[in-house]
Order: sequence, then C-alpha cells, then structure tokens
Amino acid sequence: MTFTRLDGRKPDELRELDAKVGIIPRADGSAMFKMGKTIAIAAVYGPKELYPKFLQDSTKGVLRCSYSMMAFSGSGGERVRPGPSRRSKEISWVTENALNSALDLSKYAKSVINVNIQLLQTDAGTRCAGICAAALALADAGIPMRDMVGAVAVGLYEGHPIVDLTKEEEDVEGAVDLAVAMLSRSKKLSLVQMDGKIEQETMKKVLKLAEGAIDKIYVVQKKALLEKYGGSGNE
Amino acid sequence: MTEEILFKEKEIVIPGQVLAKGMGYVPGEGTFREEDNIIATQLGLAKVNGRLIKLVPLNGSYVPKEGDVVIGRIAEITFSNWLIDFGFSNFAAISLKDGSSDYIEKGADLTKYYDYEDYVVTKIVNVTSSNMIDLTMKGPGLRKITGGKIIEVTASKVPRMIGKQASMINLIKENTNCQIVIGQNGLVWIKGDKLADEIRATDAIMMIEENAHIEGLTEKVKEFLGGKQ
Repeated sequence: MTFTRLDGRKPDELRELDAKVGIIPRADGSAMFKMGKTIAIAAVYGPKELYPKFLQDSTKGVLRCSYSMMAFSGSGGERVRPGPSRRSKEISWVTENALNSALDLSKYAKSVINVNIQLLQTDAGTRCAGICAAALALADAGIPMRDMVGAVAVGLYEGHPIVDLTKEEEDVEGAVDLAVAMLSRSKKLSLVQMDGKIEQETMKKVLKLAEGAIDKIYVVQKKALLEKYGGSGNE
Repeated sequence: MTEEILFKEKEIVIPGQVLAKGMGYVPGEGTFREEDNIIATQLGLAKVNGRLIKLVPLNGSYVPKEGDVVIGRIAEITFSNWLIDFGFSNFAAISLKDGSSDYIEKGADLTKYYDYEDYVVTKIVNVTSSNMIDLTMKGPGLRKITGGKIIEVTASKVPRMIGKQASMINLIKENTNCQIVIGQNGLVWIKGDKLADEIRATDAIMMIEENAHIEGLTEKVKEFLGGKQ
C-alpha cells in the first residue's frame, strides 16, 4: 500500500503502548494504560456490599463502571466540563458490558465491584484505553476472569482500513471509527460501536485488523501484570 | 490427542492464560476447562499435582469457606445475633446458641458477652450460595481478643504465613515470645509482653507479605529474626 497516515504509521500499526499495574496504593486493584497521547487510569474497589439493596443480585456480583474525562484532558486544549454527562454515562455502560462478559462474579453474591476510569489526557480511543486499563485493574484486584479484555479503535481513513485512530484521523470527512473490545483468547467481541458508514466486506477486514491489534495489546497487558508480581516467577 | 502443559512449575500466570491442553488434565482451584484447554481465572502461581492443575492466587479479597478461622469485629448487635465484619462484603452472624455456652435469656443485654468494636476469633460453620454466613464461637481457640494489636495482610498469602504444619508461624512465635493468631481473612492478632516483641513479630509478618512468592522463605525469616536478637 502506498498511502501514509497523518503521523506516518503503517495501517496496522498501533500507537506507542504502555501499561503499569498497581499505581494506586489504596485501591484493591489499579492500572494505567497508555495509547499514544491517550492515557487512562483505572481503579477497582470491592467487592463490597451493594446499596441500595434492590440493586443486589443474590446469585452473583454486580460490576459498576464509571468513566470520566478530567477537566484538563481534552485534546484541543479546551476545558472538559467535569461531572457526569450523557456521553460519559453511555461509555460507562458499554464499558461495563464489555468487561462483564469476561468476569466470573458468581462468588460475590450481593456485592458490587466498582471500577473507576479516569482519562488524564485524550487523543481519541478513550473508551478503548479505559477498557484495557480496567481489565488490568480487575486482574490486579484478583477478580476471577475467564479471559483478558483488550480494546482498540479501528476504522477507515480515506477508504483505507487502519487501526488505532487519532483524533485527527477520526475527524476527517467520511472517516469510519469503530471501537472494538475483544476477549483476548477467544477473540469474541464484547463491544462494537461505530461512527460512519461501512460495507460488509470492509467491516470484516477491519475486524481482522482489530484481532491483530488485540494480540499486541495482550502482550503489553501481560508484561505489565508480570512486572508487578516479580517477573517470570522462577526464582 | 496431544496433551501438554503450557507453563513451568510455579510460573506466574494471568487470567485467561491457557495452562494445559488435553482431556487428561483436571482443572483445580482457580482454573476452568473450556473444550480441551484448562485456563487460569486469576493472577497467580500455576502448579501441577499429578493430573490436577491448580492456581495459587497472588492477590484478591478473601472468599469465606466453611471451617475457616477468621478474626472479625462486632459491627452490629441485634436481638438474636452478633453481626461480624471480617473484611468480606457482607456481615456474618453469630447466633445466641453459637455465641456462648451460657444460657442467654430472651431480651438479655448481649453487649455483656461481646460488645461493639470487640474483636473475636471465630469460625465459619456455613456459607450459603447467596453469601449468608454463620459463625460459631464454640471450639478450641475461639474467643474474644483482649490486648495486643491487629494488622492486616493479603488473605491469599495467609497459608504462606502459617507454613507447612504451622512451621512458619511457630518460628515467629518462638523467636518473638508473642501470641499470634492468623485469621484466614487476613487479619492477624499479635500480643507480646513487650512492645518491642510485637514490633518484631509485625515486621516479620510484613516481610512475608512482601516476599510471599519467593522460595526459601523460612530461611529468610530465620535470618531476619536472628539478625535482630
């Protein structure tokens, strides 16, 4: 392919990834996940007893996520209005669903596990970075999981399939932005959200790209977890 | 069908990692089977024991099990129960019958036996699937705690602190002249005659907490305790 992206990356190349586990000492589990200029931190508190009581589930625990962008985190330099918004409420909800399919909360009847996701700095793909960070934080908190979860934005830029869009790329006229969360091992989708229009065949192509990206994210996630708990463990 | 183990003994594995292939292996604690694969559900040390594959978690909150001895705080008193907070999401109950061998009259002041904010060493007798928990105070070593101090450790590291046939805990007790009770929920009660002893025991336990995944820990603890004497 002869086309180049705005920042010179290859179509299937992710931005620089970085992850760190255990960044918040008072939380039961915590993690930072960075994709280029997008930085998300996640903290897990719980399991604790869930109130109000009618929200309790007597057969399994409940996952509750909250997503928010910090006031100074906007990519355009503009202040983000703090507090809940329609957008953050929706993202909290989809994050919850994306993570819930990987969790096994059967041991935590009547309890809640709170996941707080904060964006320190944003350049598109915030819900994806948030999900990656939250999955790490949940693993750090020792919550049983059937699979790790990774998430990445894929899409079309001037008709070319690409992964991990930046703000500039997703704002282009006619661009397609597809946020995808996947279970890392089984490659089952747990979140698909799209802006723009796409054909069926192209959709398959971009989802294939996402699979490759999730593998790369998994390597970073695994490394971050092992780093906190003492390397290979073969001392 | 090929059967193979995909980890080294005591390797640290992460949730979702495939530990073994083949129907010849059996999934143990912290693992599950999906088709041919045995998969880890938690971050921990993977171990093989014959055909059984299990995982010792390195983190995570305490999940109550029948028969566990735990240390808890009296959080609430009702007409017929003491409700205990032992770091689990729900309170657990000690009924009148299990609370004391005395006959307790209806409407008696239950604070005479265990008052608010008292700490007790107690045993789990029953856990239902919806996490209702019954405790008992009847049994050897189960009692109200007086004096000393309580520290908190990671619940998954408690077996390491106790050691094989209580070797580790006895080592600390002998070297510091302290009484120590470790609750499976991660609360540890330490009482010594001298404050310095208590501090030494605390330091030793915190050292195990930090180095729980390291082999030859007993030697390290011996060295640690011996060094200060």
